[in-house]
Amino acid sequence: MQFPFLSVIVFTPVVASLIILTYKPEWKTAVRWTALAAGLIALALSAFVYITYDKSAGGYQFLEKYDWMPLLGISLHFGVDGMSAPLVLLTGVVMTTGVMISWGVDDRPREFFAFLFILASGVFGVFASLDLFMLFFFYEIAVFPMYLLIAIWGWVKTREYAAMKLTLYLFLGSVVSLIGALVMYFSSGRQTFDMLVLETVKFSPTFQKIWFLPVFMGFAILGGIFPFHNWSPDGHVAAPTAVSMFHAGVLMKLGAFAALRVGIMLLPVGAKFWAPLIMGLALVNIVYGAFIASVQTDFKYVIGFSSVSHMGLVMMGFATLTPQGLTGAGVQMFSHGVMTALFFAAVGMVYDRAHTRDIPKLGGMIKALPLVGIGVIVGSLVSMGMPGFSGFIAEFPIFMGIWGTRWSFVAIIAAVSIVVTASYVLLVVRRVFFGKMPEEFEGHIRPINTFDKIALVFLMAFMVGIGLFPVLMVPWVQSGVQHILTILGGA
Amino acid sequence: MEFFTSHLLSFILFFPVLAAVIVLLLPKGNLKVIRWTAFGLSLVPFALTIYLWTQFQAGQPGFQFEDQVNWYTAINSSYHVGVDGLSLTMVLLTTLLTPVALLASFSVSDRLKPYMFLFLLLETGMLGVFLSLDLLVFFVFWEVGLVPMYFLINQWGSEKGEREIWKGVKVQARNYASLKFIIFTMAGSLGLLLAIQMIGVATGSFDLVGLFSNPNWLNSDNLRLVNLLGLPLGTVKAIAFWAFVIAFAIKVPVWPFHTWLPDAHTEAPTAGSMILAGVLLKLGAYGFLRLVLPLFPAESSRYAGWLAFLAVMAIVFGAFSAYGQKDFKRLVAYSSVNHMGFVLLGIAAAARAAGTLDGTIAMNGAILQMFNHGLSAAGMFFLVGVIYERTHTRNLDDFGGLFPLVPIYGGILIFTSMASLGLPGLNGFVSEFLVVRGAFGVGLNVPWQPIIVYTSIAMLGLLFTGAYILKGIKSVLHGPVNEHWAHGEHKLTEINAREIAVMAPLMALILVIGIYPAWILDVINKAVMTVFH
Repeated sequence: MQFPFLSVIVFTPVVASLIILTYKPEWKTAVRWTALAAGLIALALSAFVYITYDKSAGGYQFLEKYDWMPLLGISLHFGVDGMSAPLVLLTGVVMTTGVMISWGVDDRPREFFAFLFILASGVFGVFASLDLFMLFFFYEIAVFPMYLLIAIWGWVKTREYAAMKLTLYLFLGSVVSLIGALVMYFSSGRQTFDMLVLETVKFSPTFQKIWFLPVFMGFAILGGIFPFHNWSPDGHVAAPTAVSMFHAGVLMKLGAFAALRVGIMLLPVGAKFWAPLIMGLALVNIVYGAFIASVQTDFKYVIGFSSVSHMGLVMMGFATLTPQGLTGAGVQMFSHGVMTALFFAAVGMVYDRAHTRDIPKLGGMIKALPLVGIGVIVGSLVSMGMPGFSGFIAEFPIFMGIWGTRWSFVAIIAAVSIVVTASYVLLVVRRVFFGKMPEEFEGHIRPINTFDKIALVFLMAFMVGIGLFPVLMVPWVQSGVQHILTILGGA
Repeated sequence: MEFFTSHLLSFILFFPVLAAVIVLLLPKGNLKVIRWTAFGLSLVPFALTIYLWTQFQAGQPGFQFEDQVNWYTAINSSYHVGVDGLSLTMVLLTTLLTPVALLASFSVSDRLKPYMFLFLLLETGMLGVFLSLDLLVFFVFWEVGLVPMYFLINQWGSEKGEREIWKGVKVQARNYASLKFIIFTMAGSLGLLLAIQMIGVATGSFDLVGLFSNPNWLNSDNLRLVNLLGLPLGTVKAIAFWAFVIAFAIKVPVWPFHTWLPDAHTEAPTAGSMILAGVLLKLGAYGFLRLVLPLFPAESSRYAGWLAFLAVMAIVFGAFSAYGQKDFKRLVAYSSVNHMGFVLLGIAAAARAAGTLDGTIAMNGAILQMFNHGLSAAGMFFLVGVIYERTHTRNLDDFGGLFPLVPIYGGILIFTSMASLGLPGLNGFVSEFLVVRGAFGVGLNVPWQPIIVYTSIAMLGLLFTGAYILKGIKSVLHGPVNEHWAHGEHKLTEINAREIAVMAPLMALILVIGIYPAWILDVINKAVMTVFH
């Protein structure tokens, strides 16, 4: 039997979390090193899975299946395809870099890392699950620690409000989706939650049209879709740095990915029927998100709303249901994940030193924090879709996808966001990192540590690497898209 | 050797990136080492270009030294480069002006490493536009070049100056100018981006060689792949044509899209202005020649009147605006609008009469004018920079009678100004004459009367070109000596050896092309003959 890569990846964080909880609270250094070790193991294994995934064969690979509750047709069924393999890698990357930049967390680090890792297991589980029940199981595991992480370690001013808002929104979404999933389970007549089986069930068109919307939208709430997006900027801002990274970098992808896997892939007829609506909502995300981001004065809110705009592109790519659009959406999920993780890491580094995120009060940071400045500049270029960076590789096919649908004029409206994004990210970069440093900061901005530097460079490498060499990621996504297109074609 | 020649263009294109990385790895403190390394390494692409020029077969149709590697296979885009006479001329201009501009930057000492790094990246960005034979890769380089320029203006631009943007809200002028530069260009490129996407979906390819070889590259069959609300083919092509035109017109810049240019030039560091005027403006004109005319011949011909109209407006308003300036650098900036107008006039005439002798002459003139303007504008901006570094003012009223104080500088300034004015014997005359000759020829032989009117107005515009150039020379060099600069701590020093070295190659080429233009026109002409037939 093959080494069970996926289960090891999924359960490494939770095991590490349990080990950490056995430590004494004062063993802060041991906690951190254990966390880093677990992060590196998960990263190495997910990198291995990613690299050895056979993209020419496509389909689901690294399959594992263990009976869990055979009576109900529930099993622990893992496997990755070309869509989820990059996301598993992304989770490994964000987890490891998140631990690195959280080295300075001094308030109960034991509990902090323990909760963070439970969350990480949940995220890995969703990306790797091929069983609908398990997918929900991991989904809830990923969402719940978020509440504690924000409410305990978050920004004092808004953490309780934001944590409550986020949790209620996401539970509401998952309940709606869960109802949809249960209806699918009962009406399929196969007595199984196995998604590989459910994919082959041809639900009646009326059924699909009725149930697609609740299933898709329930998950898409976590992807930040308009008009259910406003939990997300509040949540980002209130969360501590590593949690913001996880939240924007990975959790929002979780919503988008589940919406794709459960919504579009199990109910393809419904997807085709409702695609124009999803496109319209995604368009609002893209354009409205960009405009709202451009008027924010809090550095973290700027990034929060820019995530709303960028996740709109993912939803847009899904809604086109074309090969290019889906490919772009897959790349955009990864690209936005590393970009926004870098942004939040950088914002956290600036905030830890300046104790403010108010853009007009900041300035001249690049002299004290050169690498952070370069990181934010690279992130900004990705964000505005500058060619040569991963954002362009993702956005360009999404737009091509739109041209291939009946709604090509949407591309023209959505393109406005590119210029709006360019103007606000450039202004933010200039105001925060260039110009004159306010006097109260002179000499008070201590340099970042080595782990911070490694994390920043690591994240940048992905954005530039994929931007210059799309072949590092696109073939994986394409092989995943191939499978989705087969399902859509059969519908 | 075989490997070397088959990838020669890629070496030229990416060597500056390598050089940029090397510069970044140098020790921080030693400015001299950084300057000389950057300058020395930037000579390598120039040397390779000279070699390329000698190996280039001018008479052979199509593209040479092609190099193709898969890049973005999912959407069928490949890294595909190649040169013809048109791009070769522009590559020569770029690889020549970059070392010249780096030599001109030896007076920069603030954050020198990132400065040189960005400058070398900028060179790759510009070369990439000239060398790309893939629409998507063209766009990649087109956009990428904006970033280094944005930071060069924004970080190394003039520190003085404020600009009121909104009821009393003031920002630093260089911040205003750099953002205006990048947003204008990006916004202008949106239409280009969308049109490229549309073309990609319809034709399934971005390869220019393939598109050029098929006159019906966009037809009612493949247009069905794009759902454009049932718009007819002609309308779609016309919209795509204007999307391309606006993107390139902003870059050229053509009136009324030129307003970013004076701001960007005034605030940019001297070397930045040199490259901006010398090469970046050519990217726009190159876009017209490389993409608009071959891809949209019918539309180009139909709307040539509009292009000629815009060109004439640029010539006339550019000249008037230049005359009205008090800031020496702004004067030179508006002169770029004026001179680039002639490029567009030549393009418009050629678009109307593609394939005819007169059209070919006009096109030759336009391409040569691009090269010539690159030389003289870079020279003029450098000379403005030389005097600004010494006096810290660019206000024409603050100068006066400087000729006796700085005779060598004065001589060089007059020489370069005369090239800009179009004095026979210097390069500007040749190209402007060819444009005007071609345009009149098109007007009489096609016949196409409006171009005769436009060209006549443009000729009157030339009168004002003379006026503003003489005004510039007069206010700086002639008249009563401004005693402020004659004695004491403000005493004006003569242009130094390094600065002369910057001007020497530019002046030499200005003179050589003025006296014997055949060596370069031959290459250009054969490219025009093969590409546009």
